[in-house]
Amino acid sequence: MTGGKEPPAVAITGLNKWFGSHHVLRDVDLTVRRSERLVICGPSGSGKSTLIRCINGLEPYQGGRIALAGTRLDGHREAEMARLRTGMVFQSFNLFAHLTVLENCTLAPIHVRRMGRHRAEDLAMDHLTRVRIPEQARKYPGQLSGGQRQRAAIARALCMAPEIMLFDEPTSALDPEMVEEVLGTMVDLAQSGMTMLCVTHEMGFARRVADRVVFMDEGQIIEIAPTDAFFRTPRHERTRAFLGQILR
Amino acid sequence: MSETFLRTAEVPPRAPPAAVGGPFAWVRRNLFSSLGNAATTLVVLALLALVLPPLFRFLVLDAVWTGGSGEACRPEAAGRPVGACWAFIHEKLGYLVYGSYPLAERWRPDAVFALMLLGGGWMLWLDAPRRGLGALFFFGVFPVAAYLLLAGAPALGLKPVPTGLWGGMIVTFVVSLVGIVVSLPLGILLALGRRSDLPVIRLACTLFIEFWRGVPLITVLFMANVMLPLFLPGDITIDRLLRPLVGVALFASAYMAEVVRGGLQAVPPGQAQAARALGLTELQILRFVVLPQAIKIVVPGIVNTFIGLFKDTTLVSIVGIADFIRVLESARIDPRWAAPSVPVTAYAFAALFYFAFCFGMARYAAFIERRLAAGEGAR
Ligand SMILES: Nc1ncnc2c1ncn2[C@@H]1O[C@H](COP(=O)(O)OP(=O)(O)O)[C@@H](O)[C@H]1O
Ligand SMILES: [Mg+2]
Repeated sequence: MTGGKEPPAVAITGLNKWFGSHHVLRDVDLTVRRSERLVICGPSGSGKSTLIRCINGLEPYQGGRIALAGTRLDGHREAEMARLRTGMVFQSFNLFAHLTVLENCTLAPIHVRRMGRHRAEDLAMDHLTRVRIPEQARKYPGQLSGGQRQRAAIARALCMAPEIMLFDEPTSALDPEMVEEVLGTMVDLAQSGMTMLCVTHEMGFARRVADRVVFMDEGQIIEIAPTDAFFRTPRHERTRAFLGQILR
Repeated sequence: MSETFLRTAEVPPRAPPAAVGGPFAWVRRNLFSSLGNAATTLVVLALLALVLPPLFRFLVLDAVWTGGSGEACRPEAAGRPVGACWAFIHEKLGYLVYGSYPLAERWRPDAVFALMLLGGGWMLWLDAPRRGLGALFFFGVFPVAAYLLLAGAPALGLKPVPTGLWGGMIVTFVVSLVGIVVSLPLGILLALGRRSDLPVIRLACTLFIEFWRGVPLITVLFMANVMLPLFLPGDITIDRLLRPLVGVALFASAYMAEVVRGGLQAVPPGQAQAARALGLTELQILRFVVLPQAIKIVVPGIVNTFIGLFKDTTLVSIVGIADFIRVLESARIDPRWAAPSVPVTAYAFAALFYFAFCFGMARYAAFIERRLAAGEGAR
């Protein structure tokens, strides 16, 4: 399927998940190549966040399998491994409010990777420079603008050297004038060859960066297509209806 | 003005109009801004004028500061109206602080007070170096050192002093501090247990908390005093001071658990999720992400519980423990100090003592809140 010798970054087959009796992910199959950029879109409640969280090991699932770079994750230990291979960026930033930006970035490297404080701080400063907020390192999240907070959250995830970055609507909570700075950071990241799965409704970003676009509705993947084809010739009528609404 | 508008001249920012300054303006703005406000101000002033002068006269102007017995504080002997009999407090101070603790050994409680100030100050002073170490000292080393010093340790050359001889402020501080030192960690554990995913732990913690919250402290103290020995084999006797100590500590823990639980609920779930996504273990998430934020949120509630606990310790006098209030009671009925104003003086002193500590705790909590309000907040 991937055509190469090395296993795909993410391989999901027959994934099923229920919240109580609510079937939120139904027979999901998805393969993401290494260094591929995928944008996932779909109406609210279609299961995009849940899918991302399953890949990250944050949510248990009841059927199917997920493999990261060939390693299956089911069971507790594997879920923990998954978290170490993936970095997650949330819609609501979720920076640790009681820690400075720098401490946010060094917490996991120090306590999970057992890195020395100085090395962890150097690493954090590198990534904060990469997202262009090195001067905010000593501030608390509450003293930053929304765009700066989300970039700090991206730097925090990068400090754990993930193989795959997962984004769950990273710009939806931002004021319009701050969306661009966060998308810019994500474009930089994409150009560095990072494997990325992005839930977003920023179709401009999808056009610019994504290799393929996934459209989800009611817990199912409705359509997967290369970006150009997805926007030019959407095949499923639900995709067309969705694009019609969102692009207007 | 027409229907449409196009700005032609920029409006540069200007300084705000100067505030009307001076004390007169302040008084007007804060005390007499409306008819109702003015009336309230006048009523309050009248009440103060009614209460303050006699109080000041009693506590200071007419007070007796020196004297060796009640004689000095009797109006007919003094030949003038007599207010507070501070001479009485002065003579009894040793008894009020140490109870019947042997005179020769009183340096030991003094050392405990000094350690307490050191540990407390270290932990409470926010910018102190190595505050973690301070907390370890206060919650770990200090209790052990205090116990060895007060109770004695023949191995260390400290003569044993039975708890029956302890009294006064020592006992009040011991009971409150044991309550504080035990209730915070135990309360945190109980609060976490009550939110546990394991039904057995959740049920056990909920039952424990609701039991202690549902029973009055006096009942707890009587039960600890009378019933605890009944449950134990006859040859084991529990120290008479230890019984109410256990009761007070468990009682306070239940209240603390509910305060901490409120804090845990106020930390958004996204914080733990983000930490989990970074690969931190559940224990690390609690320790580095959730608890620090939860505790900061409930600092006022924690201090409030401490204040309540500090005052509630007076109830141990009911089960025969010579705490500060009980020692004060027995001092004031000393026939040598029979004088009309002695009881009032004694209670005034008690009020000042408790007020000073509780007010201090409240001010400290307010200071912490202001500190926490600055800077942090959004996630
Ligand atoms: N923790 C949860 N418990 C119960 N239902 C949930 C939970 N999280 C999400 N859901 C439900 O699952 C469905 C998919 O949610 P989600 O993945 O957040 O959708 P999306 O991110 O596409 O908006 C929704 O119907 C939502 O109500
Ligand atoms: Mg979502």
